Amino acid sequence: MLIIVQIFLDTYDIFISAALLTLRLTITSLIIGSLIGLVVAFFRISTNKWIYKLATIYIELIRGTPLIVQIAILYFGIASVVTFSQFWAGALALAIHNGAYIAEIFRGSIQSIDKGQMEAARSLGMTYPLAMRRIILPQAFKFSIPPLGNQFIIGLKDSSLVAYVGMADLWGTGLSEAASNYRQLDTYMVVGIYYLALVLLFSYLLRKLERRLDIDSKEIS
Amino acid sequence: MIQVKNLVKSFGSNIVLNGIDLSVAEKEVVVIIGASGSGKSTLLRCVNFLEMFDQGEIRLIGKTVIPTTTNLNKVREEVGMVFQQFNLFPHMNVLENVMEAPLHVKKMDKVQAKEKAMVLLKKVGLNDKALAYPKNLSGGQKQRVAIARALAMEPRIMLFDEPTSALDPELVGEVLQVMKQLAQEGMTMVVVTHEMGFAREVADRVVFMGDGKILEEAPPNEFFINPQNNKAKQFLNSIL
Repeated sequence: MLIIVQIFLDTYDIFISAALLTLRLTITSLIIGSLIGLVVAFFRISTNKWIYKLATIYIELIRGTPLIVQIAILYFGIASVVTFSQFWAGALALAIHNGAYIAEIFRGSIQSIDKGQMEAARSLGMTYPLAMRRIILPQAFKFSIPPLGNQFIIGLKDSSLVAYVGMADLWGTGLSEAASNYRQLDTYMVVGIYYLALVLLFSYLLRKLERRLDIDSKEIS
Repeated sequence: MIQVKNLVKSFGSNIVLNGIDLSVAEKEVVVIIGASGSGKSTLLRCVNFLEMFDQGEIRLIGKTVIPTTTNLNKVREEVGMVFQQFNLFPHMNVLENVMEAPLHVKKMDKVQAKEKAMVLLKKVGLNDKALAYPKNLSGGQKQRVAIARALAMEPRIMLFDEPTSALDPELVGEVLQVMKQLAQEGMTMVVVTHEMGFAREVADRVVFMGDGKILEEAPPNEFFINPQNNKAKQFLNSIL
């Protein structure tokens, strides 16, 4: 136990900057991933069968291969044609990966809205896009928050895999620290504590958001 | 105002509307009755193009509507619809529900839209509920808001799809009262309902449907006292 505290005190400066990199990487990839997810979700509910197929192929490819393989392909394959910085290669790989899962979350919550809502909106003369934007999406977004939060936490933890293309994120830093101090178990436990702290922070923010959205829908009678 | 000619609609192999001819004059109130599955709701939904038909023609306010070329959104602005399940927007309060379409479809300014919404809410007796959310309203109140919401677009025709079927019996009256008032003001209305009292009192004409066809059409006093069609006789016997 003392040794863990010792390692913690010896390394907190590099681990904190590593944690910030992990956080930056995660947030960037989740923002881009959410945008990808929203677009792909619309493709998935499209009546155009080619657009639908395209989105389905994307989702099946991403869900059907390990994230580490996707990161490696983007890093060693595509990055050799188009030059990305290491950070953007990692962030994009994570965004493309998370985008597939987020797309399914958005699709599910859009389709969970009663079809009477769309009919009522259309019967008032609203166009499909307007009805989507004003009536369906605000309701669907609320339903998507809990599964989205879950996916964000998974995304945060999965970002650790970018260590294998040489990034000094939390896990990457943990690997190199352990290789130099030979205290693998203790070092990895320290890394675990940092991840736990970040995940708890995410959970806290998500709970706050959920509670706020809930309050908006009720009250005043 | 409405002319339906030889309308045919099927869901898969099930023919729901099998050659419907119906016309509704301006300021006329037509009540459509019939057993469930007779196609009456589908007919109403076709008139608003929420459901596409296979054959036939629909003319609204003097214009033939061709779903592939006519701007259906413009058509729907003229044709209000009230649903069995209310379909209020749960993320908006009552006032916002009523203001939504004037604001975003008609691009009315906010002050004017609000003023108009309040007048309509007063008309349906719910001006004191303007800031309430739908989930805090009773079924009857919800349906009255839904009527105000449809009226906010100043439609020339109002369609009612079983507006009281999802209501507790004691709440039916308040909704029918609003509809009756609307009829007296000269709104052109097509109402699918099981409320025979309303049909008798308010309708100019009763249309009886069965098996995807119109089996009988008559003024209410003729229809209820002396129905000609056998199925209409059976139907009336079973419900009265």
